[in-house]
Amino acid sequence: MTSLDPREELAERLGLDHVPPVHFASPEEVRTRLAAQGYLSDEAIASVTFLADRLAKPVLVEGPAGTGKTALAQAVADAVGARLIRLQCYEGLDESKALYEWNYRKQLLRIQAGRGESTGEEWAHLEEDIFAEEFLLRRPLLEAISATDPVVLLIDEVDRVELETEALLLEILSEYQVSIPELGTVRAHQIPLVFLTSNNTRELSEALKRRCLYLYVGYPDVARERDIILERVPGISTALAEQIARVVRSLRSLDLKKAPSVSETLDWARTLVLLGREEIGDEDAAATLHILLKYQTDIERATKELLGRAKSIA
Amino acid sequence: MLKLLGDFIAELRAAGIPVSMTEHMDAARAMQAIDMTPRALVRATLAATLVKDSDHLPVFNAAFDVFFSLRSWEGAEELMGESGDEGETSAPTGANAPGARRGTGAGSSTMSAEELAEMLFRALRDGDVASLRRGAGEAVSRYAGMEPGRPVGGTYYLYRTLRNLDLENLEARLGSSGGTGLAQRLARDEARARVEMLKAEIEREIRERLVEDRGSQALAKSVRKPLPEDVDVMHANREEMAQLERALRPLSRKLAVRLARRRRRRRRGPVDLRHTVRRSLSTGGVPIDLRFKPPRPNKPEIIVIADISGSVASFARFTLHLVHAISSQFSKVRSFVFVDGIDEVTRLFEGADDPADAVARINAEADVIAFDGHSDYGRALSVFHDRYARDVTRRSTVLILGDARNNYHQAHPEVLADLHHRARAVYWLNPEPVGYWNSGDSVINQYAPHCDRVIECRTLRQLEAFVGELA
Repeated sequence: MTSLDPREELAERLGLDHVPPVHFASPEEVRTRLAAQGYLSDEAIASVTFLADRLAKPVLVEGPAGTGKTALAQAVADAVGARLIRLQCYEGLDESKALYEWNYRKQLLRIQAGRGESTGEEWAHLEEDIFAEEFLLRRPLLEAISATDPVVLLIDEVDRVELETEALLLEILSEYQVSIPELGTVRAHQIPLVFLTSNNTRELSEALKRRCLYLYVGYPDVARERDIILERVPGISTALAEQIARVVRSLRSLDLKKAPSVSETLDWARTLVLLGREEIGDEDAAATLHILLKYQTDIERATKELLGRAKSIA
Repeated sequence: MLKLLGDFIAELRAAGIPVSMTEHMDAARAMQAIDMTPRALVRATLAATLVKDSDHLPVFNAAFDVFFSLRSWEGAEELMGESGDEGETSAPTGANAPGARRGTGAGSSTMSAEELAEMLFRALRDGDVASLRRGAGEAVSRYAGMEPGRPVGGTYYLYRTLRNLDLENLEARLGSSGGTGLAQRLARDEARARVEMLKAEIEREIRERLVEDRGSQALAKSVRKPLPEDVDVMHANREEMAQLERALRPLSRKLAVRLARRRRRRRRGPVDLRHTVRRSLSTGGVPIDLRFKPPRPNKPEIIVIADISGSVASFARFTLHLVHAISSQFSKVRSFVFVDGIDEVTRLFEGADDPADAVARINAEADVIAFDGHSDYGRALSVFHDRYARDVTRRSTVLILGDARNNYHQAHPEVLADLHHRARAVYWLNPEPVGYWNSGDSVINQYAPHCDRVIECRTLRQLEAFVGELA
């Protein structure tokens, strides 16, 4: 086997003079360093983050809303001491908002300033001049590629852009470079960590998926959710956290329109702490269920199933 | 290792997961980059590089457990420690010594049935994974009655073991903490989760013994599960049905997004002659600048007539759900359901913001049984014709869902012929495989001449493709 190490190979293609060192030595290290940032990962999250770093590949993170997909990118950035560059996707996002744009006002000024000397040769000179980096407005993707300090690139909710726009990302994701027709190709000066998140509202293209490692972040199990609550809600007792995690698991097993997310669980935990509760009684649960559930029908169903009664109007 | 990876990927592809060449290479490279000893890390690595859709994960996990079973893992690990991983190409399944391990299982079976039950109970109560695993092994040796060499997937062994363990009793004991309302419910859910753990453990145990017995490739074939979109709707078991229900909602949402996008892209209508001539005046009467009419939203009106008798009920539910979920793509959707009587259920969908709710109410509220509750296509179609034929116009597309099993009643194909004459198109979706058509009491061949197409529609994938075409 003579296959090159993926990082070495990429560094060679990018023309870097040395192979950038990896950020993490093992999945366990990912775990402890993320935990130090207050992000509790599990086996899969830690392994995939490690691999992304080791293999220099982007990670596509999918899962229900509010399970910490964006928080993961933030935590990784903090853990490796990098700047987080975030591209929020939306329908109608285009090249000039994602990649780069020419600052045409500045170009115009330059042309006007140079007026009166417009012989043919001058013009060629000018043209070269106004398409220089000086007149380039960097948008998040180009920003991330051309950065010299360590960065983590987060492309958030990539499923919101149109299928055609997805193609913009492909060059960056596989080659870590951006081609600008007037300027040439801008290559990365380092190997940035790239995270893409998706709420799975549509099927992403095969081309995009193929270039990424895939990570599914689902709802955490009871033990991990309890630990997350303990970590993020100050002053909560272990017993209460455990009970909250169990209630939420029971809720998620019901057939609801919108199952409670981790962030809603945390809101609920904070509320219970503020109310000074040490354990959840039926009354408290009934009174605060609306923090966890956002549909009236869901609340009614949960009240009936969990508390064994119809919701009384207090 | 490369050979094993290749076999594993072949199995994934056979199960329907699309794994590309690049992904195969990525996986191989990733395997070189990681420490191969922790099994969980290998699982995460392969999942991240090979599976790109969360719906495919259960299938991946099943295959992974067969190819990289826990026991063979321990065996392979020892082996790697001795000879290094150089040239280690045989599947690790062959590498371990079954005798030794099975011996420990058999040796300790002096335990009585009560002792075993007590041990499992205590292990579950304290969450003691090690003794749970031991107990599961014990239970399998004692109850499953496994015979070597039988080409089975292990479902039967699982059933036998579970039946003898009396899990309901176990669950009740675990969950009987007393308390009221919430506390009681939580205890019950916790007990259920723990018993599920035991079940998973037993299933794993059986699978591993089968791997030892028959090798991973052979076994993978027998335990291969179809992807949710490939499950045969008519023969889905309860678990698969739940999976289908879950898959349906995102599926219909994605379909709606895709159709809306397609519609937006077809921007041009036919040439607007009048407008073009007026523009041509400025160019001396030469029509240089063509003008187009705005596209006419070509939205068909859909009439769904669905058989909801027992055998095809679930198929009808899925189709109604899907059609109503994308109802914005049609100018109008009307739904009728029948067994031997027929009733319109459009009103149920009108108020509901989620089609699933409306579908759930159909069974309770639709008045579809006139006589004996066996499907009677002839009668249902005749009644439909009498009451609603006027509403079927050149704009309507009629969808009929059912297996055309008429219980030897009169078929009345002439009624369908008249509907076909009135409607823009009549499609018949039959959830039975083509091979079964016209066997027994199926009268699909009497109806087929009066349909534009008769389509075999057994899986969500086929259904989605058809509905997408319709809009």
